[in-house]
Amino acid sequence: MASASTSKYNSHSLENESIKRTSRDGVNRDLTEAVPRLPGETLITDKEVIYICPFNGPIKGRVYITNYRLYLRSLETDSSLILDVPLGVISRIEKMGGATSRGENSYGLDITCKDMRNLRFALKQEGHSRRDMFEILTRYAFPLAHSLPLFAFLNEEKFNVDGWTVYNPVEEYRRQGLPNHHWRITFINKCYELCDTYPALLVVPYRASDDDLRRVATFRSRNRIPATGGGYESDDAYHNAELFFLDIHNIHVMRESLKKVKDIVYPNVEESHWLSSLESTHWLEHIKLVLTGAIQVADKVSSGKSSVLVHCSDGWDRTAQLTSLAMLMLDSFYRSIEGFEILVQKEWISFGHKFASRIGHGDKNHTDADRSPIFLQFIDCVWQMSKQFPTAFEFNEQFLIIILDHLYSCRFGTFLFNCESARERQKVTERTVSLWSLINSNKEKFKNPFYTKEINRVLYPVASMRHLELWVNYYIRWNPRIKQQQPNPVEQRYMELLALRDEYIKRLEELQLANSAKLSDPPTSPSSPSQMMPHVQTHF
Amino acid sequence: MLGKGVVGGGGGTKAPKPSFVSYVRPEEIHTNEKEVTEKEVTLHLLPGEQLLCEASTVLKYVQEDSCQHGVYGRLVCTDFKIAFLGDDESALDNDETQFKNKVIGENDITLHCVDQIYGVFDEKKKTLFGQLKKYPEKLIIHCKDLRVFQFCLRYTKEEEVKRIVSGIIHHTQAPKLLKRLFLFSYATAAQNNTVTDPKNHTVMFDTLKDWCWELERTKGNMKYKAVSVNEGYKVCERLPAYFVVPTPLPEENVQRFQGHGIPIWCWSCHNGSALLKMSALPKEQDDGILQIQKSFLDGIYKTIHRPPYEIVKTEDLSSNFLSLQEIQTAYSKFKQLFLIDNSTEFWDTDIKWFSLLESSSWLDIIRRCLKKAIEITECMEAQNMNVLLLEENASDLCCLISSLVQLMMDPHCRTRIGFQSLIQKEWVMGGHCFLDRCNHLRQNDKEEVPVFLLFLDCVWQLVHQHPPAFEFTETYLTVLSDSLYIPIFSTFFFNSPHQKDTNMSSPKRGFFREETDHLIKNLLGKRISKLINSSDELQDNFREFYDSWHSKSTDYHGLLLPHIEGPEIKVWAQRYLRWIPEAQILGGGQVATLSKLLEMMEEVQSLQEKIDERHHSQQAPQAEAPCLLRNSARLSSLFPFALLQRHSSKPVLPTSGWKALGDEDDLAKREDEFVDLGDV
Repeated sequence: MASASTSKYNSHSLENESIKRTSRDGVNRDLTEAVPRLPGETLITDKEVIYICPFNGPIKGRVYITNYRLYLRSLETDSSLILDVPLGVISRIEKMGGATSRGENSYGLDITCKDMRNLRFALKQEGHSRRDMFEILTRYAFPLAHSLPLFAFLNEEKFNVDGWTVYNPVEEYRRQGLPNHHWRITFINKCYELCDTYPALLVVPYRASDDDLRRVATFRSRNRIPATGGGYESDDAYHNAELFFLDIHNIHVMRESLKKVKDIVYPNVEESHWLSSLESTHWLEHIKLVLTGAIQVADKVSSGKSSVLVHCSDGWDRTAQLTSLAMLMLDSFYRSIEGFEILVQKEWISFGHKFASRIGHGDKNHTDADRSPIFLQFIDCVWQMSKQFPTAFEFNEQFLIIILDHLYSCRFGTFLFNCESARERQKVTERTVSLWSLINSNKEKFKNPFYTKEINRVLYPVASMRHLELWVNYYIRWNPRIKQQQPNPVEQRYMELLALRDEYIKRLEELQLANSAKLSDPPTSPSSPSQMMPHVQTHF
Repeated sequence: MLGKGVVGGGGGTKAPKPSFVSYVRPEEIHTNEKEVTEKEVTLHLLPGEQLLCEASTVLKYVQEDSCQHGVYGRLVCTDFKIAFLGDDESALDNDETQFKNKVIGENDITLHCVDQIYGVFDEKKKTLFGQLKKYPEKLIIHCKDLRVFQFCLRYTKEEEVKRIVSGIIHHTQAPKLLKRLFLFSYATAAQNNTVTDPKNHTVMFDTLKDWCWELERTKGNMKYKAVSVNEGYKVCERLPAYFVVPTPLPEENVQRFQGHGIPIWCWSCHNGSALLKMSALPKEQDDGILQIQKSFLDGIYKTIHRPPYEIVKTEDLSSNFLSLQEIQTAYSKFKQLFLIDNSTEFWDTDIKWFSLLESSSWLDIIRRCLKKAIEITECMEAQNMNVLLLEENASDLCCLISSLVQLMMDPHCRTRIGFQSLIQKEWVMGGHCFLDRCNHLRQNDKEEVPVFLLFLDCVWQLVHQHPPAFEFTETYLTVLSDSLYIPIFSTFFFNSPHQKDTNMSSPKRGFFREETDHLIKNLLGKRISKLINSSDELQDNFREFYDSWHSKSTDYHGLLLPHIEGPEIKVWAQRYLRWIPEAQILGGGQVATLSKLLEMMEEVQSLQEKIDERHHSQQAPQAEAPCLLRNSARLSSLFPFALLQRHSSKPVLPTSGWKALGDEDDLAKREDEFVDLGDV
């Protein structure tokens, strides 16, 4: 994208995707317009700037700022560069250079994004153009500080599928065979009075009465009582608990680790000492430990009839990671597109992972110690699993990337707020669109052609550095030199073969019909059949 | 080459009479054949293969689910391999039917595949060599294909221990004569029915016709000619009997310095520019001789600088590039990362994995080779230059770089036949000293350098990055790398075509004793500086070429360049991790998608056949061939090499702890997190 002098560079950037998508989704988009616009999106300003591309140098362009995005189009004839960045990904806007700055392009704005890149624009020193742009960007990128609504509340997109109906707690518990002799459903938290960060509907140990739960709640951090995550069969809840410390580090360590990853991949990829630099970020080491923890949890659950109580000191951070990964390992349902959406909806959103604090939606305080890439780390673990088991997941890499893109974009209500009660107060499901609406109305794009459904298959990834790799297509996707072919060539070949198979099956049916029509006729064609149709190339 | 045919296992009972004189002490030869047949487990012997010694009640360690257990059986040593025959045969080789072309069983180690032998004495691991005073209680064999075998000898009779251990040490480590290679006894005993049809088979480049065919294919015949001046190895034994030189080059020139200082054609590009190689002139002290050499080279250069050749860029691989010593050192470190004795070792090294990898430099060496090949490709493709590769004997890095350039530029080389022909042309006929570089005869450890393996690893990077551009898969490359150590294929067991043709050992040449040839630097220095642009400019050309190629969509039938950035150069996991049970992904790995792809291909092909049949007549459809790869999701990532399949579905758990985070310790203490797991 940033570097794009050809269209190929654009192939899987967030921006272009949203362009293609909006047109494909039939969202209003006047092609004569300079900027793609979502329903509810309004243009605020536009300016001529120099975009300082870290890969191809300065490019003159016009930037358009709406209440949703920053859009830049190159004004140079030999460049088709387009930048299309949702304002939600911005974590920090800095002015660079002052009135006395002399150097070329040294006066302007430096924008730090949450998705592993920085954008730098040089502006003219005259006419307050920088001040205007800075103020408008600050206002719309950090609306909470200016008493403005997040864009999700202004978005008027319509989809033919309603993503908010994907997850229905009662139905999902029923799918798991709950309630049963050991677990019961309770409405004790119906109005979030027991624990405001838990969902309204809970499954709790059968023998624990609502009074017990209330008593337990007072002892636990923010009244978060133990409840079912996986909801697996249990003998006797919590008796003889075995204690395992998983050595997984806290949210602050994770944040610093991701910063180091950015240092080695953006804008330039550390070349000669790539491996040791990668090791020094510890990012994959953290991934390894999270996966190891999840394997242990999954193994404990599947080997005996034991229940596993997973908890961390507060917040639904490590807990959400471990439970959801363990569930992904044990239950193939969650490896489908909708299953995964339900998993995220239940284990992360409903159980109160503090998305608002961890991501900082619309908030300008980029140094907030509550921010941490916990959910990104989870998605990375899922990617590592899908890499090790390329046929086990219904979704592809693009699915994971689009989830991460809209984790920040604020276009959908899905990841907004810290807990279910806050979401209910804000009437999120009524006033915003769900990310799953977008994905489920265009599922084909997110499907893995190699997916083989296997109902009872347990997946244990190998949590060894030998098999873990940096997710290049996500972390280094802005670098045109590293960009990998999309779609993956093996995948593409498989799709071609699938199409060929369907064509042959059709042809065979036609031939069968034709043959039965003239049964007694001798073969008429003297030419060899190979001349009559293209033969499959057996490369591979 | 490899796929010459299926090698049938000879019957153990009817081993043919030895056709050569063994230098093994008579008492080592097992003469009582009846005893062999009476055993429940039969030893499969190839035609010409001879049992030398054996020991019973040997315990082989098997790694399963992070714990070791033992299997009793016989350990035998023949003149071809070391083999372990488990007493419970049913547990072994049950997948034999799947691999009809398997020559080496999972418990077979060819003598040439043995890398190091260790003995364990009172819990201490020591390298074993020469005559032993004391015999170990445990034998550990590290193989060149990176398998690790551990045999416990505690329950074996002392006599048998002595015999088997000294037998194995002797037959794998003592210097051998070329004549003693199993190859010869096998060739005598087995029927060799090679068919050669140049169109559909590997071109061997052992006839003038083959070279003419290649010249014609690449349209190099306008400027280059095939010569037979070395027929019968009259001029030199280093060069093949036939090769190609620039048309105006007088044939006498070839004789002048036994083929040294002669630009030899490798390949021509569609735009007419060619890739050439040249071996350096012998190093001389005498000023008179130096003068003669100088004027000779001047003459040669005049010939190739004149039209139609135009610009020639000289690329000196012996001075400004990798040294063979570097390659050998890097690989020795690198392979140690995969020769893992047990689970603890695996997990202990896991946390430091990336820095261990980096400190071996192996991946960096791969990157440098690929980069050099891209630079040369840029000269030929974008600047229409001829490139002349220089090296002392033009038989190591010349083979490597020249083959890589051809793979990138010539799609024919990416077919299986084309690739094999390329190896035949550049490596076998190019005089790469396989015998010395693989140290097959154990005569001089200093000559051992895995140049060919480095080439295969570079090819793997290309195959991995652009699978649809190749007719073969990584498994083909892995099997090819294994065949380096199987002395029934003669391809990789000679130092030169002359040596192969005459079955004689040639005088040794020392690559490390002599430094890079001063002549090249001194005499050609001027010319090189004139021709090569300043390195910055070179870098710019390279960058532009590289970036522009990667910015376009890939044409798999055209020019093909690898990515060479840090994250793109990877470990050839199939070759290096395949024997490590901890690294096994049950039901996963690349094989999962690849086998789905093959299944689909099979289905499409059978549909195609059905349609073809319909067109011909209303024949009844033939019975479908059984599909070997059914249930592909259940294959392990080690397939088709998986012999360590874990039977249970228990996960493998890392056992090592957390590494100190250094300056992050403060952060690390800020919040504790733990998990407790309920009891059963």
